[in-house]
Amino acid sequence: MVHYQFYLSLLLVLSITFISPRVSHKESLNIVNDMANEEMRDSENKYSILLPTYNELENLPIIIYLLTKYLDKSGYDYEIIVIDDGSPDGTLEAAKQLQNIYGKDKIILRPREKKLGLGTAYIHGIKHATGNFIIIMDADLSHHPKFISQFIEKQQSEDFDVVSGSRYIGSGGVFGWDFKRKLVSRGANFLTQLLLRPGASDLTGSFRLYKKDVLDKLIKSCVSKGYVFQMEMIIRARELNFTVGEVPITFVDRVYGESKLGGSEIVQFVRAMLYLFATT
Amino acid sequence: MTKLQEWLSGGGILFAIWFYLITSKDNNDFIRDNYELILYSPIIFIILFGLYAATIVLYRVYTFNDCEEAAVELQKEIVEAKEQLVKLGFKLQEKSK
Ligand SMILES: Nc1nc2c(ncn2[C@@H]2O[C@H](COP(=O)(O)OP(=O)(O)OP(=O)(O)O)[C@@H](O)[C@H]2O)c(=O)[nH]1
Ligand SMILES: [Mg+2]
Repeated sequence: MVHYQFYLSLLLVLSITFISPRVSHKESLNIVNDMANEEMRDSENKYSILLPTYNELENLPIIIYLLTKYLDKSGYDYEIIVIDDGSPDGTLEAAKQLQNIYGKDKIILRPREKKLGLGTAYIHGIKHATGNFIIIMDADLSHHPKFISQFIEKQQSEDFDVVSGSRYIGSGGVFGWDFKRKLVSRGANFLTQLLLRPGASDLTGSFRLYKKDVLDKLIKSCVSKGYVFQMEMIIRARELNFTVGEVPITFVDRVYGESKLGGSEIVQFVRAMLYLFATT
Repeated sequence: MTKLQEWLSGGGILFAIWFYLITSKDNNDFIRDNYELILYSPIIFIILFGLYAATIVLYRVYTFNDCEEAAVELQKEIVEAKEQLVKLGFKLQEKSK
């Protein structure tokens, strides 16, 4: 029957369009090249850690202490860039003290006058980064510096363009979340995986490592500001065929300071998801 | 092709198949025998998918790791950090509220 054949072939075409974006993005030539370079590059690699802060007076000294502790132990070359947005609690003064203790080459201060938002804080920080890799993390102790060496190892294992921390895989997880928050998180994650098929399990997490030039390109292609920026970055990475590796991380809810997560974040999230659904 | 277009074309094709089936009831025994099932299959499918989604999400909520060790370890490290920072000459300030 002609009809059946027609519909069957349509179905075939459809399944091909669905499957094709999943084909591996890795260019095998790149692997060979980079393996040859890896040893040479290892000594040249420098990691710039971006710490955006707003009212993190209590957290900043601790996160910097832990960063230096773990990174000095691992032996990687690094710098910590603190982008404070005029915190009224005196975060910047604490940062200056820390700079005196740890040195101007390790702690770099790039303050801004007033609270201009997270997205632009990253852009501002990257401008002053001297490393060839950028690590983005929160300064509120939710992200533990001990994972950074795992990020770096993961990156080197397959020369990933981006390594993303994930709360949703393997030994990853959260602490201090009640049922409702877990439900919202898992529900939102399921929906975005279904609609956007991003190729990464944690879209809204902000603990990531990027190659600097890749991050520059990603930032240029991102339109959203604020906290949904993280989600867009990983979607753009898929769109631009960058490779993304994942490391399980534990996320401990902030101990000090106030959470800024509210209803408006959920609205922002849904809008950004629909926008990306329609445009990418 | 954007994700929206993929969904629309996928949905469109499934709709076309469904529409073809329910309108060609008169020339096919199989369709006539299973007409009700075919007619309601989109709704059945949506309900089943909803159940699948709810199960998956709830399962993942209950198996979401509670990283108690990480929190305990962090607390210890906070104490350690404060001690060491003071030794390094850092003046700890508490937030004044
Ligand atoms: N420079 C700068 N940093 C910011 C701004 N908003 C938030 N931050 C910092 O960005 C990081 C993440 O912000 P959080 O407030 O922890 O956001 P969150 O993790 O989504 O929510 P909670 O941890 O629940 O509060 C923290 O280190 C904040 O201090 C801002 O406008 N400017
Ligand atoms: Mg936080």
